[in-house]
Amino acid sequence: MIIELSNIFKSYENGKMEVPVLHDISLTIDKGEYVAIMGASGSGKSTLMNIIGCLDRPTKGAYHFDGSNIFGYSDRQLSDLRLNKIGFVFQSFHLLPGQSALSNVMLPLQYAGVPKKQRKEIAAEMLEKVGLGERIHFKPNQMSGGQCQRVAIARAMVNKPEVLLADEPTGALDSKSGEQIMELFGQLNDEGVTVVMITHEQEIASHAKRIIHIKDGCIIPDKSKEVVTVEES
Amino acid sequence: MLENIRLSFQGIWSHKLRSILTMLGIIIGIAAIITIVSTIKGTNEQIKENLVGSGNNNVTVSIYQDGYEYEINNYSGLPSGINTISTELLDKISNIENVESCSVYNKRVDWGDSIFYNDTALGSSSIYGVDDKYFSTCGYAVSYGRGFHESDFDKKRKVVIIDSSTVTNLFDNTNPLNKVIDINNEPFTVIGVIEKKDTFKPVINSIDDYYSYVADSESGSRLYIPSTSWPTAYYFDEPQAVVIRAKNTDSMNSVGKKAATILNDAIVTSKSFKYKSDSAMDDLESIQDISNSTNTQLIWIASISLLVGGIGVMNIMLVSVTERTREIGLKKAIGARKGKILSQFLTESVVLTSMGGFLGVLCGIGLAQAVSKIANIPVAISIPASVIAVAFSMLIGIIFGLIPSIQAANLDPIDALRYE
Repeated sequence: MIIELSNIFKSYENGKMEVPVLHDISLTIDKGEYVAIMGASGSGKSTLMNIIGCLDRPTKGAYHFDGSNIFGYSDRQLSDLRLNKIGFVFQSFHLLPGQSALSNVMLPLQYAGVPKKQRKEIAAEMLEKVGLGERIHFKPNQMSGGQCQRVAIARAMVNKPEVLLADEPTGALDSKSGEQIMELFGQLNDEGVTVVMITHEQEIASHAKRIIHIKDGCIIPDKSKEVVTVEES
Repeated sequence: MLENIRLSFQGIWSHKLRSILTMLGIIIGIAAIITIVSTIKGTNEQIKENLVGSGNNNVTVSIYQDGYEYEINNYSGLPSGINTISTELLDKISNIENVESCSVYNKRVDWGDSIFYNDTALGSSSIYGVDDKYFSTCGYAVSYGRGFHESDFDKKRKVVIIDSSTVTNLFDNTNPLNKVIDINNEPFTVIGVIEKKDTFKPVINSIDDYYSYVADSESGSRLYIPSTSWPTAYYFDEPQAVVIRAKNTDSMNSVGKKAATILNDAIVTSKSFKYKSDSAMDDLESIQDISNSTNTQLIWIASISLLVGGIGVMNIMLVSVTERTREIGLKKAIGARKGKILSQFLTESVVLTSMGGFLGVLCGIGLAQAVSKIANIPVAISIPASVIAVAFSMLIGIIFGLIPSIQAANLDPIDALRYE
């Protein structure tokens, strides 16, 4: 079990009002799973994602990542956890605009303290793997959206994390590029990476092996993929 | 770290105009300081050269009565209450910091009544009883004939070495070697002629410079006899003076004062007589004091420009942090620790201000040269001042970059990622 959320509550303070976002969420994800979290906007799925990604702390409840309770972790420990165990992919790629694909992918290696020469090798290898071997010196504004997202995936995977967290990874892409990204996710999952993806598109979610629906901050009882397809047909 | 510096240069390069404008405050401040320091240092060095002479850092410590140098001659009589200088005392003086060598001597001023060659009397002159280190300490060299040998001192030989002025005045420019002259009724044989090794040509820009040069240079002929022969012609217990060669011009004053103190403490029992070092040095010090205080005031004014420059840097760094909120958020999300973000921004700020400082030093040097050309003021570029200026601008980078950097490091990654 790599991710274990038990009775997670999260609320934000808006002035003097407490705005609850997540209610009593309990969720476990095993190593090697491919999970899609689905929900409408405002359902709390991004907040859930931030908590899973250790970017945010729950107001109440326990979160065990890879067996250890991260509740008491310091900022520094959380940074190191994100650096080594979690890879992030965002809807709008979040690449550093002035820098080549290679330097973008090298960034996490730099934070991990890998020597510069090795950094270049590892990053180039990773870009090769996502199919951008010939474009390692291109800058983000010289590449298509799909290519940018693949750079982002290479960056997410370069420190060999256990979990890949994707927030609407295809949201800014046309359907063909989206398909290619999904293929890549499938491939990574086959290699044993746990993939957790947030989406509001049924079609994208259907690539996952398990779909979790979230509505108004609550999980709608877990459905396996088969159930979903049955319902639809 | 190196990575951060490289990235900082990239960042500065990609916003050329903005970076230059930001650096401008620092550039102007540092340039002003360098110009001020260079011109003042140049003027100081020129004054020093004119007063003291270059390359020959001699300080004379001699007897003063009630503040005026005391001339020992045949009329005024000997001052009382002053003992002779022992070798131990001379050793003590030569052990003062920055003393290269020192020598003890007797001196009398003669007004044309005790030195003769045949029937020719020598006009105003000074006669010195010197030890073996005197010529090297004062920078004299034998131009012909010979110098003093050890045996001259040991055997108290009645030999004399003269300068070229004496050759002219006493011998009418004929060969003086082996001629015998009368010094206070004692016959002394001329064995050599000396001259100053480094002739000193002062920079004279004004009438004041001219007078200070003329006042400093002694006129009249000079004769030198071995110190051991001095009592033959004069008295054995006459008060002596000390000439010291300092290692550098700057230490001359302190060396002279220390030597005077040592002598006064050890051998002077009289109240009205005191050993004092050259007064030229005192003049120099008071001139330097004045210029130093103006210096300091000007530097304070220039520092205000640096303060303003620093605030400009802080302002731009704050803008830069806001602009790059998304970048910071992303970096934090993928695992950059706070310290990494902090050092990234701090490096950027320091690189910016050090570059400003460096350019400021270059501008300052250029400006100082221009000032020296236009206003005909001497300049001396101070390397320590330049180094301090760059270091100081680094410090400004740290101080004024700190708040923006802390702000960047403390950004919440979620908010930062969402920032548009």
